[in-house]
Amino acid sequence: MSAVIINEVRKGFYLDSVALMRMSRTVADLDGVEEAAMMMGTPSNIQIMEDAGLLEELGKSAGGGDLIIGIRAVDVASVELARDKANEQLDAPAARGGDGEAWRPRTLRAAVREVPDANLALISVPGDFAIAEARKAIRRGLHAMIFSDNVEVEAEAELKREAQDLGRLVMGPDCGTAIINGTPLAFANVVSRGGIGIVGASGTGTQEVSCLISQYGGGISHAIGVGGRDLNSEVGGISTVMAIDSLCHDQATEHIVLISKPPPAEVASRVLDRIAISRKPATICFIGASDLPMPDNATQVFNLRAAARAALGLDDSNQATPKVSFVSVSGRSQIQGLYSGGTLCAEAQVLLRAAELAICSNAPVPGVPNLIDANTGHRLLDLGDDQYTQGRPHPMIEPGVRDDAIIAALNNPEIAIILVDVVIGYGAHLDPAGHLVAVLSANSLPDAPLVIASVTGTDEDPQVRSAQMAKLADAGVQVAPTNADAAQWAIELINVAS
Amino acid sequence: MQRIEKANQKAIDRMVAGDPVLVDVIPAARAIPALKDRMILHAGPPIEWGRMCGPMRGAIMGIAVFEGWADDLAEAESMAAAGEFEFHPNHHFDAVGPMTGMTTFSQPLMVVENATYGNRAYCAINEGLGKVMRFGGNDAEVLERLCWLRDDFGPSLGRALRHMDGLPLKSLVARGLTMGDEMHQRNVACSGLTLRALSPVLAATSDTNEALAKALAFMGDNDQFFLNIAMAMGKSIMDPVRDIEGASVVTAMCRNGTDFGIRVSGTGDAWFTSPVEMPAGLYFPGFTEKDANPDMGDSTIVETIGLGGFAMGAAPAVAGFVGAGAASEAGHYTRTMSEIAIAENPEWTIPSMDYLGVPTGIDIRLVVETGLAPTINTGIAHREPGVGQVGAGVVRAPMACFEKALLALAASLGVS
Repeated sequence: MSAVIINEVRKGFYLDSVALMRMSRTVADLDGVEEAAMMMGTPSNIQIMEDAGLLEELGKSAGGGDLIIGIRAVDVASVELARDKANEQLDAPAARGGDGEAWRPRTLRAAVREVPDANLALISVPGDFAIAEARKAIRRGLHAMIFSDNVEVEAEAELKREAQDLGRLVMGPDCGTAIINGTPLAFANVVSRGGIGIVGASGTGTQEVSCLISQYGGGISHAIGVGGRDLNSEVGGISTVMAIDSLCHDQATEHIVLISKPPPAEVASRVLDRIAISRKPATICFIGASDLPMPDNATQVFNLRAAARAALGLDDSNQATPKVSFVSVSGRSQIQGLYSGGTLCAEAQVLLRAAELAICSNAPVPGVPNLIDANTGHRLLDLGDDQYTQGRPHPMIEPGVRDDAIIAALNNPEIAIILVDVVIGYGAHLDPAGHLVAVLSANSLPDAPLVIASVTGTDEDPQVRSAQMAKLADAGVQVAPTNADAAQWAIELINVAS
Repeated sequence: MQRIEKANQKAIDRMVAGDPVLVDVIPAARAIPALKDRMILHAGPPIEWGRMCGPMRGAIMGIAVFEGWADDLAEAESMAAAGEFEFHPNHHFDAVGPMTGMTTFSQPLMVVENATYGNRAYCAINEGLGKVMRFGGNDAEVLERLCWLRDDFGPSLGRALRHMDGLPLKSLVARGLTMGDEMHQRNVACSGLTLRALSPVLAATSDTNEALAKALAFMGDNDQFFLNIAMAMGKSIMDPVRDIEGASVVTAMCRNGTDFGIRVSGTGDAWFTSPVEMPAGLYFPGFTEKDANPDMGDSTIVETIGLGGFAMGAAPAVAGFVGAGAASEAGHYTRTMSEIAIAENPEWTIPSMDYLGVPTGIDIRLVVETGLAPTINTGIAHREPGVGQVGAGVVRAPMACFEKALLALAASLGVS
């Protein structure tokens, strides 16, 4: 079978050669087409088309200002189809000008040139490279927030010492939450602005406290994350002290809240010594710590709700947890806490421990046994802990990773109460309550354990806290106003039952 | 570290201070006295006959016939194989050449003088499109055109340039950038501006109307006429930047169809080479990537001074060559290249990018650190000798050249 050639000449029709080459390729790629070209009829182009076996007499007659269509295909049908396609392309110029994708800098250096007055770099790269990038940032005069984890603690300490010499703050590594000048970074919520500055070595702790302050009518000046290990002995609280320094100097900040796991004694005293020389009052929440001597301007609190209230001058001791109004849980005795937020899990432990309930946890606070050693009593699990997130997303991003644990708890005849947190805001899943409700309704059983939840967030968050709470309540979940209240409810119910 | 910054600043200052002027066209033997009989300068880093690609061999055979060293192509080939010709890179003799980049003693060379530093750089005259020697073409038509360039056009162009005391190039290129040229794949505007400047002088100095008409038609028919001028310009700008101790600025990038080579200011005349890559692009009808020769030519000197792929934002139409790239995103190439360049050229600016200066001074440290290799806009030659250009596209400089250069620079500074 011999090939069929078609020529068409458009007199005085000009298109740019690059545009024509792109169209030609589209036509040449059609089924049955052996070769195709659209070119202006200059002598050199006519030569090229002739060499490619695309020209008949008609094509050869074209002038330099004429456009030649030349197509060679296996049969008449293919050649006709290709000609139609060629003409369709020639007759259909772009309907709209492309604005194109916005260009994004690939390096810190280019980013700084794009935004010359920026003073903070958010670094989220694999841990092996995080320190090198952070070092570039601080040497360019930027403060650095390091979202990345998997960084050696020695490298963190060394970086922070260099940053300290340069007068630059390093937030992190593993700093998941910050609000700087009203701008939420990474996992953070849309909270009111106000006079309370937070220094947090804990992401969800900072989220819960900033959201509660906002709900209670207060506001946040800045929430500065320092990373979970900043108050370890190796790092010695370098960033925590620098963050306190900056809040002391910040005109908008009237009160400082510090949230952390209990630090070693020498680090605690270094941090508290810094608080002591501040003229601003402070609230200290070393979650899980026992009573510590405090400077005159500082108040120690023992849970996150208390931290938020103390910062606003509200008394927490009289803060009666709303009365539980639901039926008791007969025949079952266990509380199972399934948390996505590590500090929310810690807060629940502190409250259950204070109520003298026997508990264990995979991420225990002081005085609570690790479930590896003593897997008995009520279990409060931090599902965001490394052991659960290796190679999997964090449950705040992907609530599905909590499903198996929830389903197992629902089917466990010993469990009376399931405690869960729902964390919303930037960075979090778009509808964690909806996801949880779907799992619960798909696994509904008569006589199932009671589910108590709280929602960390605000109504200004993309997920809207009240809407998330309503979804949970409609599905029969008991929704507490705070994470601490949820734990209190569980304690009361268990005490009533026993 | 500070030594490098200071050295690089010196390099950038010299690049920006360069004042290239196209002053003359003279025979290669006069331009480059060291250029002897049977000596062939080629594009790219040093290479021997045995490793040369098809088009390079084809061009060598053709130029040997043109110079009268061989009676025919077959004889030229056996002479080359027998080691009867001496091969050197253009870059070793103040010259550059597009694609195969043949430079031999009787060819007319355009002379660009850097008025600030007094150095001169040379490049042959662009032969036009179709079958041409720079793509390995070597038939009678190709050789006949070379004779005309040598005997008629070259001398008359030289006469005109002397008559007008040279054609300043910096401002011409600045205008070309505002008119859609990036000076590598697209030279339509600069070729036109050159023709506009030269026409009256050619008319005033031409012997006959017939010769004038032929000269004007030759220039007017060739959209890429300016490319070779831009290349000599690039060479004249970069040569004063060579040999600044500690400077990490690239002073030359070039390829011979087999190897890609770069030179860096702080490491003097050393070449750092790596196998060339295949361009990705669009092909003329009848050809596909199977026909393509790997990347070739000294024309990457244009990218070295911040034009070509670095100035893609000025020439949105060229962005289409990379296939998926939308013309409206042409500026991304320029901005991405600014991530590996030290500065922006204050005079060569791109209007559609709010007069952003073209990225100037490729820093090998930034290339290695970012993993962003220079983007090069290029023509694509057929891999067989004598066929010519089969397409055009975009290619990346191989990263290994920059890594090797960085290690050598570190060693030169006593860092290991």
